Amino acid sequence: MAELTADRTKEVMTVNIGPHHPATHGVLRLIVDLEGETVKEVTPVIGYVHTGIEKSCEDKSYWKVIPFIERMDYVSYFFQMEAYCGAVEKLIGLEIPPRAKYLRTIFLELNRIHSHLVWLGTTALDLGAISMLWYCFRERDRILDLFEMATGQRMHTRYFQVGGVIEDIPLGFEKKLAEFVAEMPVRVGQYEALLDNNEVFLQRTKGVGIVSRERLLELGVTGPLLRAAGEPWDLRKAVDHLVYPEMDFKIPVGTVGDNYDRYRVRVAEMVESTRIVEQALAALPDGPHISEDRKYVLPPRSELSTSMESLIHHFKLVTEGFRVEPGEVYNAIEGPRGELGCYVLADGSSKPARVHFRDPSFINLQAFRDMSVDTYVADMICSLGMLDPILGGVDR
Amino acid sequence: MPDAPGLELIRGEIERDRPGSVLATSFDRDQAALLVDPEQVLAVLGWLRDEPGQGYRFLSSLHVADYLPAEPRFGVHYELLNRDRVERIRVKAMLADPGAEQLPEIDSCVGLFPTADAQEREAFDFFGIVFRGHPNLTRILMPDDYVGWPQRRDFPLGGEPVTFTYNERRYG
Repeated sequence: MAELTADRTKEVMTVNIGPHHPATHGVLRLIVDLEGETVKEVTPVIGYVHTGIEKSCEDKSYWKVIPFIERMDYVSYFFQMEAYCGAVEKLIGLEIPPRAKYLRTIFLELNRIHSHLVWLGTTALDLGAISMLWYCFRERDRILDLFEMATGQRMHTRYFQVGGVIEDIPLGFEKKLAEFVAEMPVRVGQYEALLDNNEVFLQRTKGVGIVSRERLLELGVTGPLLRAAGEPWDLRKAVDHLVYPEMDFKIPVGTVGDNYDRYRVRVAEMVESTRIVEQALAALPDGPHISEDRKYVLPPRSELSTSMESLIHHFKLVTEGFRVEPGEVYNAIEGPRGELGCYVLADGSSKPARVHFRDPSFINLQAFRDMSVDTYVADMICSLGMLDPILGGVDR
Repeated sequence: MPDAPGLELIRGEIERDRPGSVLATSFDRDQAALLVDPEQVLAVLGWLRDEPGQGYRFLSSLHVADYLPAEPRFGVHYELLNRDRVERIRVKAMLADPGAEQLPEIDSCVGLFPTADAQEREAFDFFGIVFRGHPNLTRILMPDDYVGWPQRRDFPLGGEPVTFTYNERRYG
């Protein structure tokens, strides 16, 4: 009978969550030590969607790597392309034309809005706000429509190429984009109206999952998570990259670094990204959309039937690809989740000897333990959503 | 980035405090790199982090490249960032392959940069580089019982056995 009367409130139970669980936002497994409802220890187990992309890249010529690396972090494919193409352009010293810089900026920022919409819809869903998912995915579909119109694909577009972008935007794209840009801030206002006055949402997020700015920096966390803790660190402002220096936009920062601040920062970023798209669209210069260096860039289709030299270049580029002088480059850009770095090692052949991605989700996931220990299980799920890991990027 | 003369100044100052730790410098494609003695890598990383006037306090990325057939073949790269001046510097330690039965070793920098925890595990997982003093050096992305170091250049691509054999058993 002594067993029945024993105090069981201090008993620790180990619970496995995932890897197949809707609240883990992908194939993530969590081993959680619970004392009642309180998380005492949490260990993320990753690797379930490791597909060896980095290894496979070593067997592809430089331009064939692009479709591969897009599929790592599958909601921010334009960013992977930009990190990789930027690294290869640095390796070969190729300057991209102004129109390509503007187009890249437009698509990167559209992709950032898209990524944040997926995050907002799924995270709000975790907290019970089901309608948010439909509203966010409605706007997300409009962005995918724009991607499809310009690139032919809704996801994994293979649009950025070494030297610029593969095609110019089609007729009517600018009008459609302008309509989207005019409407998006209104939509974001509607999301805020739905969530910011929702008592359940506020109670679930305010004061939950706080990690200090110093600790986040120690753990290498970047992106909206770091900015929510009050650190205004954004590579778009810090580094001279594409046309960001010419754009007028703000870096939203939080104050206490709880889950509510993380939500506020990302929502504000959507509006700022819309402003960037708007300005880049207004200032979009004429000119070529891709570099005209025939050693690295395919000649236009029309030249193939008239110019022998173009035909030779085309043949060489498609069969062997271009060769890159030995060297190594680390290229970092500001992705939707933080610093996305791409390291490329060239050995003089037409295939990279090593491609490595510093994926922000992979690094940020290390802060998950600090965010969840000594909170309730339900808050841990909320913190995981606010961390916004994409497991395809974590596992690569 | 520190420019080429700036890099030489950094090298000179480290050499004054820690003689013999920096083997070479390189400044290529606007990227500054210090090639350091693997035995003294922590001293150099700590110096770059803590020395007044340096302040490379943020470890952006830790990754490994296999330079086969060069010898020493493994390069452990530390991409350091000074966020105040927005300057990056790469610290590179080259490790020789000690042979089939042994693994190359280097000191773990988790004590200096806690962010390196997962990245050192990744490097161990894919290249078999042992980080001495790492709190939990186990495989991170590959299965725990996996044999081999798949990102090494002499590890073949493909030929991975399929682990789901239901269809084979059923349909031959």
